[in-house]
Amino acid sequence: MRRVFNVLRALLHASVALALQYRIEFVVEGALALLWLAVTLVPLLVVFGNRGAVAGWTFPEMLVVLGWFVALKGVLEGTLSPSLLQVVDHVRKGTLDFVLIKPADAQLLVSFANVEPSRVVDLLGAGGIFVYAFHQIGHPPSPAQIALAAILLCTAILVLYSIAILVVSIAFIAVRVDNLLYLFQSVFDVARWPSTVFRGVLSALFTFVLPLALMTTYPALALLGKLTLQTLFAAVGGSLAFAAIARLIWIASIRRYTSASS
Amino acid sequence: MRVIDAPKAPRLGTPWGVRRFASLYAQLLRTGFAEAVAYRAEFLIWMFSTNMPLVMLAIWAAAARSGPVGGYSQQGFAAYYLCALLVRLMTGAWVVWELTMEIRQGTLALRLLRPIHPLLQWSADNIAAIPMRGVVALPVTAILLWVARGELSHRWFDWLLLLPALAGAWLIYFLVQAIIGTIALRFESAASLFTAWLGFSNILSGYLVPLDLFPRAVRDAAQWLPFRFQLSYPVELMLGRWNHEQALQLLGVEWIYVAFFFLCTRTAWRAGLRYYAAYGG
Repeated sequence: MRRVFNVLRALLHASVALALQYRIEFVVEGALALLWLAVTLVPLLVVFGNRGAVAGWTFPEMLVVLGWFVALKGVLEGTLSPSLLQVVDHVRKGTLDFVLIKPADAQLLVSFANVEPSRVVDLLGAGGIFVYAFHQIGHPPSPAQIALAAILLCTAILVLYSIAILVVSIAFIAVRVDNLLYLFQSVFDVARWPSTVFRGVLSALFTFVLPLALMTTYPALALLGKLTLQTLFAAVGGSLAFAAIARLIWIASIRRYTSASS
Repeated sequence: MRVIDAPKAPRLGTPWGVRRFASLYAQLLRTGFAEAVAYRAEFLIWMFSTNMPLVMLAIWAAAARSGPVGGYSQQGFAAYYLCALLVRLMTGAWVVWELTMEIRQGTLALRLLRPIHPLLQWSADNIAAIPMRGVVALPVTAILLWVARGELSHRWFDWLLLLPALAGAWLIYFLVQAIIGTIALRFESAASLFTAWLGFSNILSGYLVPLDLFPRAVRDAAQWLPFRFQLSYPVELMLGRWNHEQALQLLGVEWIYVAFFFLCTRTAWRAGLRYYAAYGG
């Protein structure tokens, strides 16, 4: 376990050192993340300029969901996507061999290979949104609610990560669909709304098949103190199972991998 | 040293030149179409990742369950966002990514050697993809007609104007990308500049929220900026929001913007090439 942390620290250190070499780009990227945060907020502001509540959610409650969305989008686009897109590149060029022969777990190495520290802006922005939302609600969440939300945040990131790994595993089989990860990034945009906005088939799809509800709606419900214990256990169990399946498929895909170069 | 500012293209001054240019461009279109077909799986995935109008439709449809919002019923929102999706699907361009990538990798030098302007080549690639885009747009059109037929314009005049309006929308998008990509010849963070443009465009073109739902100040600003011609104007034509005179006036303004961006592209390209040093190429 300590070894894993050492590898992780070295990878993050390398990414940060690289990012700090291009300081202007670092600042520009940070500013852009801030601009896109504003763009994400605009539709919600307009909707609630016309309505007091939508699908049973008030404005501050909806902001809490959006806060989780912004944070997870930062994780997805700042860590998972840039790292895993390199895997697709590695597979195509045959350079994955250089990763596989390193004396550490390949999944760990590829998952944090390219972290963009400028996306910290998203996490800060999410924090700001939470503060504003709970200021509007009138009382801060209790420590127990925060603890619950933290657990659900971990499950959310775990599921997000597992989906990303699954999508990349497809790249081993079908190299031609290397932009599948971009497709997932755009589908993830749905997670900005609470799952009750959707009805019927779509609602079931985004809860069970592509568990976007688990990523933003449930942590938001936890912070708002509306989460039932049943949902909590289902979420934790479901995400662990999901991660295990993703790991197995990753291992199976690596075994299938026959280098492209040699 | 002489600067290569325009590779020798067929001269358009003579009838012979025009014909030769037309046959050249037709061949480029055929090649571009063949490429789009060859990479169809990737292409379709790119198309499917255009889903923002549907995401926005979800929240507005939920908001309009209890009654119309600002003149839009649920059906009205469905019509607006499906039209927006159609316009976005049919007017896509990606030249900025190709341009910045080729500049960074130095392969632009190879293109400059060919006897046709690189931007013309890319324009052919982008236009040739339109039939493939139509494949994805067809089901969207079918759903639009099925769900919200009553919201669409009943005047043939609007549908006649839609064609030049869409052509203008595509040209504005393409030319702005070309300008920003050309800036990469001089400054390397051109891709970030385009991301910033996209951010403003998403708001001010009516892509995320119909412009008439914005507060007065934003609406007034959007009215004069070029963004609305990329999306909002063609969508409003399809929804029959303008009378003949207004629609024609707006079309005029759109094409003034097209001409303006065309001149900017020319200037930027000529100025940019002076700084171009093919790295690695």
